[in-house]
Amino acid sequence: MPQQVPRLVFVFAVAVLALVIARWYLVPDTFGDIGHYRAAALDSIAARPMKYAGHQQCTICHGPIQEARLASNHKGVRCEVCHGPAAAHIANPMEVKPSIPRGRDQCILCHAFDPSRPTGFPQIDPVAHSPLVPCKDCHDPHAPEPPVVPESCAACHGEIARQKSVSHHASLDCEVCHVAPVTHKTNPRSVRPSKPTNRSFCGGCHAIGDPRAAIPQIDLQTHGQPYTCWQCHYPHHPEAP
Amino acid sequence: MSTARFDPGSSRSDPPASPVLDRRQFLGEAAAGACAAAPFLLGVVRLPTAFGQQPDGVYDASEHYYGMGVDPGRCIGCARCVAACKTENDVPAEPHYFNTWIERYVITEDDDVGVDSPNGGLDGFPPLTRTNVERTFFVPKLCNQCDNPPCVQVCPVGATFMTEDGVVLVDDDYCIGCRYCIQACPYGARYLHPETHVAAKCTFCYHRLVRGQVPACVEVCPTGARIFGEVRGRATPLARFMRFNQIQVLKPHLNTAPKVLYANLDGEVR
Amino acid sequence: MQGYIYPNEFELQWSLLIVLYPYLTGLVAGAFILASLERVFNVKEVQPTYRLALLTALAFLLVAPLPLLAHLGHPLRSYEIFLTPNRKSAMAMFGFVYAWYLAVVLLLEVWFDYRKDLVLWARNDRGVMRWIRYALTLGATDLSERSLRFDERAGRVITIVGIPSAFLLHGYVGFIFGSIKANPWWSSVLMPVVFLFSAIVSGIALVLVIYMLTTMFRWRKVDMACMDKLAQFLFYAIVVDFSLEALDFIHRLYEAEESIQILSQMVESRLFLSLIVLQFLMGTIIPLIMLALVSPGLRKGGFVRLPPELKHLTYLVAAVLIQIGIFSIRWNVVIGGQLFSKSLRGLTVYKVQLFGIEGLAMSVALLLLPFVILWALVKILPPWMDEAPGEATPAAEEPGAAFPPRG
Repeated sequence: MPQQVPRLVFVFAVAVLALVIARWYLVPDTFGDIGHYRAAALDSIAARPMKYAGHQQCTICHGPIQEARLASNHKGVRCEVCHGPAAAHIANPMEVKPSIPRGRDQCILCHAFDPSRPTGFPQIDPVAHSPLVPCKDCHDPHAPEPPVVPESCAACHGEIARQKSVSHHASLDCEVCHVAPVTHKTNPRSVRPSKPTNRSFCGGCHAIGDPRAAIPQIDLQTHGQPYTCWQCHYPHHPEAP
Repeated sequence: MSTARFDPGSSRSDPPASPVLDRRQFLGEAAAGACAAAPFLLGVVRLPTAFGQQPDGVYDASEHYYGMGVDPGRCIGCARCVAACKTENDVPAEPHYFNTWIERYVITEDDDVGVDSPNGGLDGFPPLTRTNVERTFFVPKLCNQCDNPPCVQVCPVGATFMTEDGVVLVDDDYCIGCRYCIQACPYGARYLHPETHVAAKCTFCYHRLVRGQVPACVEVCPTGARIFGEVRGRATPLARFMRFNQIQVLKPHLNTAPKVLYANLDGEVR
Repeated sequence: MQGYIYPNEFELQWSLLIVLYPYLTGLVAGAFILASLERVFNVKEVQPTYRLALLTALAFLLVAPLPLLAHLGHPLRSYEIFLTPNRKSAMAMFGFVYAWYLAVVLLLEVWFDYRKDLVLWARNDRGVMRWIRYALTLGATDLSERSLRFDERAGRVITIVGIPSAFLLHGYVGFIFGSIKANPWWSSVLMPVVFLFSAIVSGIALVLVIYMLTTMFRWRKVDMACMDKLAQFLFYAIVVDFSLEALDFIHRLYEAEESIQILSQMVESRLFLSLIVLQFLMGTIIPLIMLALVSPGLRKGGFVRLPPELKHLTYLVAAVLIQIGIFSIRWNVVIGGQLFSKSLRGLTVYKVQLFGIEGLAMSVALLLLPFVILWALVKILPPWMDEAPGEATPAAEEPGAAFPPRG
């Protein structure tokens, strides 16, 4: 055997041995217990402290407020959304108090009008709606039903109202096309306004022969058959395509 | 009056055919609605036991498999979830470290799509400047907790992993900070923590799950846009969400099998 | 920043240091493959560069892990790659592929090639150099016919094993990028192949530059046949590399997947200088034309006959331009892949720091370090003939041959 071989084998054997020893000492104990990871990591992650306590904890002491809230429009708005993380308060109720937002900023975060918000979500214009008055003066945050029933549909349907106001239908009131029972304003999801169901409704203004010359007129028999009018024309902004 | 206002089952685009009910019918329907809806609404109060916390407080991971439903149709872009997450998980306050964030989409009539997320949504959204807007909405984003996670596949040392209960976590004490997982995530959910120099991301607030709580973002969402629960459960809010909505996931062509399920997701959302 | 990027994408994750790593391993793989041309395929003309190519590969290989270590968030934990590698991760293979290549391929090949000369040098040396060289022989001082034949055969086997190992060493880096389905700029079947061929191009070019410069510094005459052969292989390698990159480019444009819009925008704005000007024009087209005209790649003696000095200059300039071009490829792949958002709706910027661990100064230092190491290696293991031991080498001393024939 040439001299080189045993010497090289020796060098490599030392290296492999070093790797084996290193592996034995350095691989963490819990590695591989559950999967290809250090099982002890689960314990350290699970042991992180909570900052938010969860609203069930609030019920223990603040039962009546919770009851009121759960029966109101804010039933889905849990305590810590407005009052901030409360775990420290639960741990030390007398000395650590959660914040109580008394100004307008907190409410405006959710309720300021934004066209990207889903239609029907109650939104107001913060500048026009009771300016400078703290929201809680009229709306109990735990039962925030409006103190007066909104007069116009625009209070909740702001996006539609804004679109209509710059369209050819700006002068039409909502009630012209939609019959809304009074109870819709207090029970919007269960009581819905009506919508027109056939072409002849729009034909009431837009059929040929209408004496008001400024209104665009079409032949109901042929124009856009077989579709209903709103399948092409958005009624709140009916400008032609 | 205890009738459901935000009925979790109905979408906002399906009004009943004949909306005018007489009073008796209405009260009957209202009562029935309350009974049906109450467990899901008031079930919010019963989460500790629904989330499997054993009476003796020991948490068994093999009894759970978590997922989240997101309904962009309910999101109002208030970003309370983003703020709560930053607080709960000590996420750095700078504007480019987020476990979860809100995107606003503005789609115009000439097919122009604008997306923005100023400081993740925490700073509010600037007023719209386009006038011919066709659709606009908010989309909450977070780690999708994939069932086939590309981030776990590429980690060279086994510092990121999926737990038995379906949550993808990072071992802060083992991660070497190579950033391969951040490159592999198709959703931009990961980042390198500037102080600990390890990869970080949404953990579904695992430290809350083991104590029978929901993640902080779910706890504070005021409109119920985030529904948390067991993806394989039967009588859970998430199961109802999956039954009654068209479910999409982000980037399905990448076969990551996300466990964050979006309802009626617009095709422009990436 | 323009358009929309995911909030977490603001910061680029893989910086200049990660551009450096594939550049360095590419040079290693390329230099080694050049060396193996002579050994396995018996290309006699490039024999003068054989030992120099090996030492160059070794010098660059020793430096290659340094940018990676510097980039890690926790470099002191880097040993975990050896202890608990995730078998599904391409990056986990780094430790083993690197160790294999360094220990089994490169070090062994250098050792077998130099053992005889080390023994002879050590006999005549005095002082520290004697001990260093003796230690390097590992005590195997037998210079019998049998031993030398064993050296020869072992070296040949190792070179044959080394060629696929070199492919693996650099190909897996391409795979690390090419297997990321989340990133449409990287995700490509061609990525490992393109990486490998651009590595071969840069390796040959580097050895050409180093050979030319070291010969000039030593006031020797450059072996023209060797240079011509190197230039010829360089030309062939560029043609293949360019074809592969063109294929990738055409394929992308033709398929026009969703990402094509943002990627086109990125190439036209952020990557215009580094891709169109540096990589394409200066790094590929111009050297291609220069070598096509001057080297014997297409026609024996080239199309344009130049006096030797001018020919040397042409080769040198072409090789330097190629280095710039190949570095730009690495930049365009690594940085380019992070300049656009995975939302496919926006672009961001990369601002290179000047100082700091990921800064320009660090990268320049890491680029110079292999030359320092090469200088040290050349001192201990000189690759040229006039310092080769005389008595046991029945060398054919052709005039102008500056390097001892092997054997």
